[in-house]
Amino acid sequence: MDAVSDFLRTYSTTIAVIGVNALLALSVWLTLYAGQLTLGNAAFMGVGAYVSALLGRHLDTPFPVALLIGSVAAAALALPLGSIVFRLRGVYLAIATLAFGEIVRVVLLATPITGRGQGLNGIPPKTELWHIYLSVLVVAYVLWRVQGSTIGRAWAAIREDEIASASQGIAVGRHKLAAFVIGALIAGWAGGLSAHVTFSIDPSDFGFTKAVQVLVFAVVGGTPNVLGPILGAGLLTALPELLRPLKDYRDIFQGAILLLVIIYLPRGLVTFVDVRRTRRLSRIGALDVA
Amino acid sequence: MLLETVGLTKRFGGVTAVDRVDLGIVQGRALGLIGPNGAGKTTLVNLISGVVPADGGTIRLSGSDVSGLPAHRLAALGIARTFQGVRVFRGLTVEDNVLIGRHTRTRSDALARLIPRPRSAIDADRARALSLIDRVGIGRRRAEVLAGELPYGDQRRLEIARALASEPLLLILDEPAAGMNPTESAGLRALIGSLLVEGLTILLIEHDVRLVMDTCQRVAVLNFGRKIADAVPAEIQRDPVVREAYLGTEAVA
Repeated sequence: MDAVSDFLRTYSTTIAVIGVNALLALSVWLTLYAGQLTLGNAAFMGVGAYVSALLGRHLDTPFPVALLIGSVAAAALALPLGSIVFRLRGVYLAIATLAFGEIVRVVLLATPITGRGQGLNGIPPKTELWHIYLSVLVVAYVLWRVQGSTIGRAWAAIREDEIASASQGIAVGRHKLAAFVIGALIAGWAGGLSAHVTFSIDPSDFGFTKAVQVLVFAVVGGTPNVLGPILGAGLLTALPELLRPLKDYRDIFQGAILLLVIIYLPRGLVTFVDVRRTRRLSRIGALDVA
Repeated sequence: MLLETVGLTKRFGGVTAVDRVDLGIVQGRALGLIGPNGAGKTTLVNLISGVVPADGGTIRLSGSDVSGLPAHRLAALGIARTFQGVRVFRGLTVEDNVLIGRHTRTRSDALARLIPRPRSAIDADRARALSLIDRVGIGRRRAEVLAGELPYGDQRRLEIARALASEPLLLILDEPAAGMNPTESAGLRALIGSLLVEGLTILLIEHDVRLVMDTCQRVAVLNFGRKIADAVPAEIQRDPVVREAYLGTEAVA
């Protein structure tokens, strides 16, 4: 028992970050599952982080309420943004959402109330580990159930063929938008949780690097189901810690592991139990799908 | 008339792919649409199913104007179609493909599924999907096969099952017999026949003229985007204008 509590105390930050990253990876999984490559979730995370932290600081908003408002604020931003950017596809969609992220970052840098470049300091550490992991559990469960529902099937159909989907009566635009907005909701929630772990936040926490990182979690973990993003976030967040004994060679090993996963498990870590299906999918030329 | 188009027109740049086409399909009948390659058959189908917007003209379904509606709305109103180049959802199972066809006839169960409970509502849809898979001749033992793994002819049949799953008023088949061997196309003919007996209305685009003449009560002929004939099959076969469109003028021969 002592060993466990020692472990938790030593690594509590890493464990918290793994959970937050898992939430972020799940948030981008939604759009990936619908076949859409978006990179706006780091910015939505930032919106959730800033809104919840500012509410707590200036209005003494209770923590859960602040989290909720931060999360809804991110989703409220995603709604008009999604209505515009989903006219685009593929790499153009990715660039447009990335540009949105830059806009958010620059606005945070320029606004007095967000503390400009210094960001916000002294955010009370209200987030407990169980808050984070309960969130992961709830989000993962909901997404898992939705995946098997009519909406989940519609997302899969859109990923496979948009024209055929529309001809089956699927409102393609509305389904893409729903995936995007729910993703923003989750990312905003994750942002609020993480702001109350890390003590301080600044605009660079939610920039380009974070956006790409979140995508990598989901892709390396695999998108066929919700376990993929959680696994990806877990491994890639823990890896730097696990490889610490390698000192200067750490980054080399980390890169090598990434490469090996992508080459030998192209549909992600989670597919190691499902190699035959991967082979079947690649034979019919549908490699990157669930 | 179940479906009626008046002056339907589509231009691509300088080319008028569909030029003021009037078409009428009687409830419970099959209309064949034939014409040389590039005559505008598939474009016409794309207009009727809402895949591309028309530049002019109107489309009426059961008497109400449905011009300009997007594809998913038209599907919900009862227009189902297959595609000339097969568009099954390759990475999904045969059963999922057909279940997606039921999208407009199923209420969203996303919220209901959050509370785990014995499945009952979805099972009616599954049963229907499986019986359709049987009906088109794929067989329910292959329900879990990925659609992309099916032979080409079966993918075409899967598209028909998916289209039927929506319980459409009008079924549009865009060259369903392409790439089928004689046995398969005989099976297709029997399937179309039985659908007509059940009262379904069908628009059949097909190069296999025998299939069209055997199954359709009326045939329209398209050439260079214009409708050049519209009559019962026997008359179409005698029509000199149609023969010319297909074979060139007598003088050359």
